[in-house]
Amino acid sequence: MTAMPKPDVTWAHGPVEEPANRTWWEKHKTTVMVAGLRLVLLAAALAAWQLMSGPVIDRTLVSSPTAVWHQLVTWSGDGTLWRNTWITVKEVVLGYALGAITGATAGFLIASTRTLGRVLDPFIMGLYSIPKVALAPLFIVWFGIGVEMKVVLAAATVFFLVFINTAHGVREIDPALLDSVRLMGGRRRDLLFKVMLPGSMSGLITGLRVSVPYALIGAVIGELVASNQGLGFLINDSASQFNIAGVFAALIVLSVIAAILNQGLTLLARPASRWKPLEDRE
Amino acid sequence: MTAPVIQARDLGRSFLKGDRYIVALRGFSLTAEPGSFVCVLGRSGCGKSTMLNLMAGLLRPSEGVVEHRGVGVSSPNPAVGYLTQTDTLMPWRDVQRNVEMPLEIRGVARSDRRDRAGRLIDAVGLRGFEKHYPRELSGGMRRRASLARLLVGEPDTLLLDEPFGALDAYLRREMQDLLLSLWTGSGRTVVFVTHDIDEALILSDRVVLLGPLGRIVADVTVDLPRPRDIDDLRGDPRFAELHQELSAALKDAAQ
Repeated sequence: MTAMPKPDVTWAHGPVEEPANRTWWEKHKTTVMVAGLRLVLLAAALAAWQLMSGPVIDRTLVSSPTAVWHQLVTWSGDGTLWRNTWITVKEVVLGYALGAITGATAGFLIASTRTLGRVLDPFIMGLYSIPKVALAPLFIVWFGIGVEMKVVLAAATVFFLVFINTAHGVREIDPALLDSVRLMGGRRRDLLFKVMLPGSMSGLITGLRVSVPYALIGAVIGELVASNQGLGFLINDSASQFNIAGVFAALIVLSVIAAILNQGLTLLARPASRWKPLEDRE
Repeated sequence: MTAPVIQARDLGRSFLKGDRYIVALRGFSLTAEPGSFVCVLGRSGCGKSTMLNLMAGLLRPSEGVVEHRGVGVSSPNPAVGYLTQTDTLMPWRDVQRNVEMPLEIRGVARSDRRDRAGRLIDAVGLRGFEKHYPRELSGGMRRRASLARLLVGEPDTLLLDEPFGALDAYLRREMQDLLLSLWTGSGRTVVFVTHDIDEALILSDRVVLLGPLGRIVADVTVDLPRPRDIDDLRGDPRFAELHQELSAALKDAAQ
């Protein structure tokens, strides 16, 4: 038998890490290819749209990429685009913040008190099941057709998603962890802040993530129902004047906002997940 | 004679399930003398874990009493350290902060906390892994961290519930050695639950064999010399004799 060098700590065995020595291209090949294919697909779709608009499909119904671009440039020049985008972004951010803060607080407090949670659960699920659009007329009566109504409509959806996920996170906590802290002499305050709060973090983050697009949906639906400003208003107003290029221009701005919001949240959620199992990390 | 550290008298516990009571433990009495290492041996489902939960104060008895140093136990008792079968390290805390936790709850100052936790992390052989999170450790290393957390608060009594049951045979041996070395000379009283006869004989001064519902079937003094070397012990004729006796009693208990 050959003599093996004895490791410093015999029990600390497991997989060993070694440098892979890959070149830049080997490392990023797939990423570059995927990005390239995305660009090709986008270009092809735009070209097809441009070519078919007119000869194949009625231009007044589908407009064309160049017309949409001109519309964006015009709106950008006269400030229409920035003014309305700013209104929508403000509604989304305020609605999201309001819904997330109230949802996280309520979810944490209600789920950490077992009996209260059991009493309130059916009512909360009942309210959650109402389509939020159906609440728009009520909110118009209560808050008018200004920014407030959209903020509340966005917050209503965000609230439930954050609430449900946070409450789920609290309930998923291993009771053995709570018992172990009780045996250390921990009081209710210790259980709340040293076990339940950190333990429910992953649920909270899930809630914060899944609800981002719903804040945008809530705000835009509010604008579509009744408003005189915002991107939803721009869509409605353009459509009523048969300005299809205007509709598409506003939709493109909306999807750009959504993409930025999602990307931002992915970055935000990263530092909190260090203790998650390796295979669950993104 | 010294007063017992842990004393259970006529302990019974049942759980309500629908309209019926499920009885887990009935008429159980056990006394652990100060500084003794008592193993409670029994098959699965004989009420071993219920017994420990009662002794720790996590459960209230339906009948009987548990006393710790002459005082009735009615709520979780911080003077008792309890190591369960599964890991209860906080997954969001690294090793250092997990081991510090009992001190943190007791309000010990940060620098003191750091020193005391550091000493125990050394003692269990986890130096260099202070900044690792439980998920980044192997099963054996998590047990070591749990052991460090258990001991950092300096409990006078340890309750251990099949603590090494989930480890492979080699790691279990290492952990038994570690536990013995940490216990020797500490004056702590240990109640160790297991279903492994070898483990019970290697570790304890006394083996209490449980039958169904926590009925005590045998109470055997383990008169093997200490300090014990696990390898030598297996060749010892007295070890073989005790092993046979317990093995036969365990078989009878199932009848």
